[in-house]
Amino acid sequence: MTVNTLATAKRILTQLRHDHRTVALMVLMPSLLLVLLRYVFDSGQAFNRAAPALLGVFPFTIMFIVTSITTLRERLTATLERLMTMPIGRVEVLLGYALAFGLVAVVQVAVAATVALTWLGLEIAGSVWLLLVIAVLDALLGMALGLFASAFARTEFQAVQFMPAIVMPQVLLCGLFVPRDRMATVLNWISDALPLSYAVDALTRVTTSAEVDGTLVRNLVVIAGCALVALLLGAATLRRRTP
Amino acid sequence: MSTAVDVGGLRVVRGGREVVRDVTFEVPRGSVTGLLGPSGCGKTTLLRAVVGVQVVASGRVTVLGHPAGSPVLRDRIGYSTQSPSVYADLTVAENLRYFASILRAPRGDVDRVLEEVGLKGNADQLVTTLSGGEKGRASLAVALLGKPEVIVLDEPTVGLDPVLREDLWLLFHRLADAGAALLVSSHVMDEAARCDRLLLMREGAILADDTPDALRARTGAQDLEQAFLALVRR
Ligand SMILES: Nc1ncnc2c1ncn2[C@@H]1O[C@H](COP(=O)(O)OP(=O)(O)OP(=O)(O)O)[C@@H](O)[C@H]1O
Ligand SMILES: [Mg+2]
Repeated sequence: MTVNTLATAKRILTQLRHDHRTVALMVLMPSLLLVLLRYVFDSGQAFNRAAPALLGVFPFTIMFIVTSITTLRERLTATLERLMTMPIGRVEVLLGYALAFGLVAVVQVAVAATVALTWLGLEIAGSVWLLLVIAVLDALLGMALGLFASAFARTEFQAVQFMPAIVMPQVLLCGLFVPRDRMATVLNWISDALPLSYAVDALTRVTTSAEVDGTLVRNLVVIAGCALVALLLGAATLRRRTP
Repeated sequence: MSTAVDVGGLRVVRGGREVVRDVTFEVPRGSVTGLLGPSGCGKTTLLRAVVGVQVVASGRVTVLGHPAGSPVLRDRIGYSTQSPSVYADLTVAENLRYFASILRAPRGDVDRVLEEVGLKGNADQLVTTLSGGEKGRASLAVALLGKPEVIVLDEPTVGLDPVLREDLWLLFHRLADAGAALLVSSHVMDEAARCDRLLLMREGAILADDTPDALRARTGAQDLEQAFLALVRR
């Protein structure tokens, strides 16, 4: 961890600190949605089936939106241009973002999981810690994809549109609505190629069994790997020189 | 070596058009060089090439003996963009502390530059709540952090009252006297007289590269605005 990365992370957290409403939304939104879901289902059993997956999906979505907008704003204002004339690496900038938003994701997931496990009566067979780790990885994946997606948006309006374009198909195909093995073959293939599917698989496994098997470990590796690749691709899209 | 910036045969193409055409000039150390010309003539593009963030088509841009944009130059150049490049949702001091830590500038630098741009009283104010001119000066302050040997300022005095402009020009000359090379763009001709050297630019080309006095003498014009018009019509 370099001085530049730490300074950048601190700067982003300071920016957030000045924006109380965004902080409140980021920390509380997944929990509130889970509460809503619990009462929509009005059945502990049905909630127990859907909630673990959503514990991953909600932070994933929120982090995607927040990061893609914040990074785009940095790209659009001249601050990035100025940073690129200074002694800071592109990867250092992105890791600063990752660190800051990663910390936010940890808080967000911890609050949501606490609410779900205590107040809402979520029961899981596996380890709570593992559940937390997977959910945080999901949030980091959303963040990394958001960083990457921001490179392809020219305006904040476009960036917001990437949410339905990149996030929603993954949510529809991740096995939350219909188990993946019951989807048409082509859809199943597509869902195999989408990282969120592995996250939801992992979360479902932790809920239903205490065993940590090879598939679960593979899923974790896939999620972390996708997040890392998206981050590196994001760094490649930051250019020191622009046309 | 007294040349800080050395540009030769520079061409830049933006949006399919050649916006900098075969430009050659030098910026000496220890002086203020003004880059003047009408809106859209390519001033910002040229400055971006000097600080190494502009993709150039061909030509040579050497800064302190290194190709522009070299990693070794990154803590030796101060650059202030035309639109304020500070974070709107941070206070002035928080902005300066962030950039100071990237530049490894000493702690006391933040107070020094706040003083220099006259924003001492606004240190703890959020940038969003600053006036236009104050935002511009907050952005300028960042370019003064550390001890830059080359200071590139894109229209630093836009929207400022005469008193503040006077203060800033005195500051620029103090920095030059201390050995820095300043390259300052403007499209206000009455600022031209304050520069040690002038680069007059039009449609991507340099029309004149001289001292203000020499320009007036050459064109026989009373003021620099007339001199510029005389050169343009020639
Ligand atoms: N990103 C871009 N893509 C395409 N063309 C561009 C781009 N940026 C600038 N240009 C064009 O390049 C030319 C030079 O622009 P530049 O910003 O360097 O002018 P300028 O002299 O700084 O003007 P001003 O005084 O208004 O700031 C202009 O004709 C402008 O339209
Ligand atoms: Mg300009």
